[in-house]
Amino acid sequence: MKNFLLRHRLETPVLLCLALALMAALSLAGSASLQRTVTEVLIRVVMVVGMFIFIGHSGLISFGHMAFVGISAYGVAWTTMEPSIKQYVLTGLPDLLQQAAMPWVPASLLAGLLAAAVALLAGAVILRLNGIAASIATFSLLAIFNVVYSSWDSVTAGSSSIVGIPTPVGVWQAFSLAAVAIALAHWHGISRFGLALRAVREEPVAARSCGINAWRQLLVAFVLSAFVCGLGGALDAQFLGVVNPDAYYLGRTFTCLTMLVIGGSASLSGAVTGVLVLSALMELLIRLETGVSLGGMTVQLPGGSQEIVTGLSMVLALIRRPTGLMQGRDWQWPRPDSTTAPARTTPLEMQAR
Amino acid sequence: MTAALQYLFDALSLGSLYALGALGIALIFGVMRLVNFAHGDVMTFAIFVLIAPTTEAVAPLWVGAWATPLIVLTVLGVGAALAVLAELTVFRHLRHATPATTMMAAFALGFVIQNVLLALHSSRAKAVNLWPQLNLPVDLWGARVPALQMLMIGITMALLLGLAWMLRHTRAGLEMRAAAEDFDMARMLGVKANRVILVAFGMSGALAALIGLFMVNQTGLVDIRMGAPMMLVAFVSTVIGGLGSLMGAVLGGFLIGFVSTALQAWLPLDARAFRDAFVYLGVIALLLWRPNGLFITGATRQRV
Repeated sequence: MKNFLLRHRLETPVLLCLALALMAALSLAGSASLQRTVTEVLIRVVMVVGMFIFIGHSGLISFGHMAFVGISAYGVAWTTMEPSIKQYVLTGLPDLLQQAAMPWVPASLLAGLLAAAVALLAGAVILRLNGIAASIATFSLLAIFNVVYSSWDSVTAGSSSIVGIPTPVGVWQAFSLAAVAIALAHWHGISRFGLALRAVREEPVAARSCGINAWRQLLVAFVLSAFVCGLGGALDAQFLGVVNPDAYYLGRTFTCLTMLVIGGSASLSGAVTGVLVLSALMELLIRLETGVSLGGMTVQLPGGSQEIVTGLSMVLALIRRPTGLMQGRDWQWPRPDSTTAPARTTPLEMQAR
Repeated sequence: MTAALQYLFDALSLGSLYALGALGIALIFGVMRLVNFAHGDVMTFAIFVLIAPTTEAVAPLWVGAWATPLIVLTVLGVGAALAVLAELTVFRHLRHATPATTMMAAFALGFVIQNVLLALHSSRAKAVNLWPQLNLPVDLWGARVPALQMLMIGITMALLLGLAWMLRHTRAGLEMRAAAEDFDMARMLGVKANRVILVAFGMSGALAALIGLFMVNQTGLVDIRMGAPMMLVAFVSTVIGGLGSLMGAVLGGFLIGFVSTALQAWLPLDARAFRDAFVYLGVIALLLWRPNGLFITGATRQRV
């Protein structure tokens, strides 16, 4: 078994999925609120793993991935809501969508494909730019999404929320897509696409001289990562039952990027670790904000502490440990000897100055 | 004719805001290759000293109740001080990090500043009626132009000229230009790197605070989220101007101001809500044509 996993390089994704499955299974024994928390964590895993597929291998920071999450969340609202509600709230939808009431699996896949299609168009343009300009262009992409979805009243209900999306998503639905996300990310990482993209990140000129088309490799990763982020958005909409353009804007972008950086953006395990560690920290702070009694004393933090501490931990992580908790390593079986994979430098550190 | 004049003033005043914002970002990018995502939040923080911290819907004036020169000095001073503090506590420790790392740190810092404001002032937008007489229109060759617009354009022009003079004719200016051109070489030739960077941060923070003062007079509101859209336009201006070029940043800001005003005037009514989306699309199209911006500098040139 162990040899089989090692031979097929399946060790890391299997370990990650096992850890998440364990978390999901344990939560079933807990309260409903614990299950909701675990579901939220799993949905974040999908989004952050989606962002990792692009950011991790390319070293380019994208601020625009929340747009793909949002596009897909709205896509799910269009395809799954009760037609009788849609004809009043979303009057501008074409008939085909107006009548649709899809189950969650095809709706999520379709919404992910929509996000991927948008990423194909946007990425074809944005990825021609070099490092910093590309990052700022992804920021513009997020702004365009926010402006369009806040103003396109007949299809998105404007800046008010769309309410009444069916909510079939629970712990296991979220877990299954998290496993899909991890599998896709892992496959991309070990495929020739991932290898070529890492080559572009480390030595763009040398990679080009080997016949690697940087733009094409970036685009493949961008589209795949948008698809996975889209799955995250689909889960999010079908978990909360509500979508709103501002839910997929700077705040979420920041949280997800922080998770990726704190965990270590150079490895898949880093992305998942970041989500788990930071989610635990955020949950603790949120509990403290509402007040916790400790041996007769009530400890309560002022509102907003959670965001402030998250932000400060990001700053601290960047100064003290820019390679993140995992430092580019992956989760592995304990080995008898110390021939673990050598630490890779993070893409943040490797990006050409 | 008068309508054209009206649009010209609208475009120039909006362009002034964007140009000053872009300048503040370009100053810092020039000396240390930092994409300062906290710039907009520095602006918001500086402008929020006008009102007393309260979570009530109506906030009493704090600094805003002082004498006018004192208000201006305090707000600009707070902006400069916060930017300098950011450099001392965060960016100084990231001197050898890559632009991507420092960019993330700036993003995080902005997030922290915004949430400190949120904790102090709540998320409600608050009315601040600072100098109402500035919004009275002045008759100018038939066009009715608010006094504030003329003041904004005037101050911006004066500042740009002053800055251009400073960069050409003072030692600090010379050092800054040298640092922007080639930071390592400038250090070897005796430019004190940390001092230049501190000056750049101070100037950039004060510029941010000035934009805040303009905006609060224009809208009569302060909002903890007012920094983000401003900052985004300022970034885009620096990118289309050519990252690292101060001149390019200013011209990029004015260009976006003109394009936004033109779209506002000519777009059909139901498409106006999408104005900013069109502006950003235009920017991306422009970048496809000139990927390094309109004014290419050494900072963006790819070396092999």
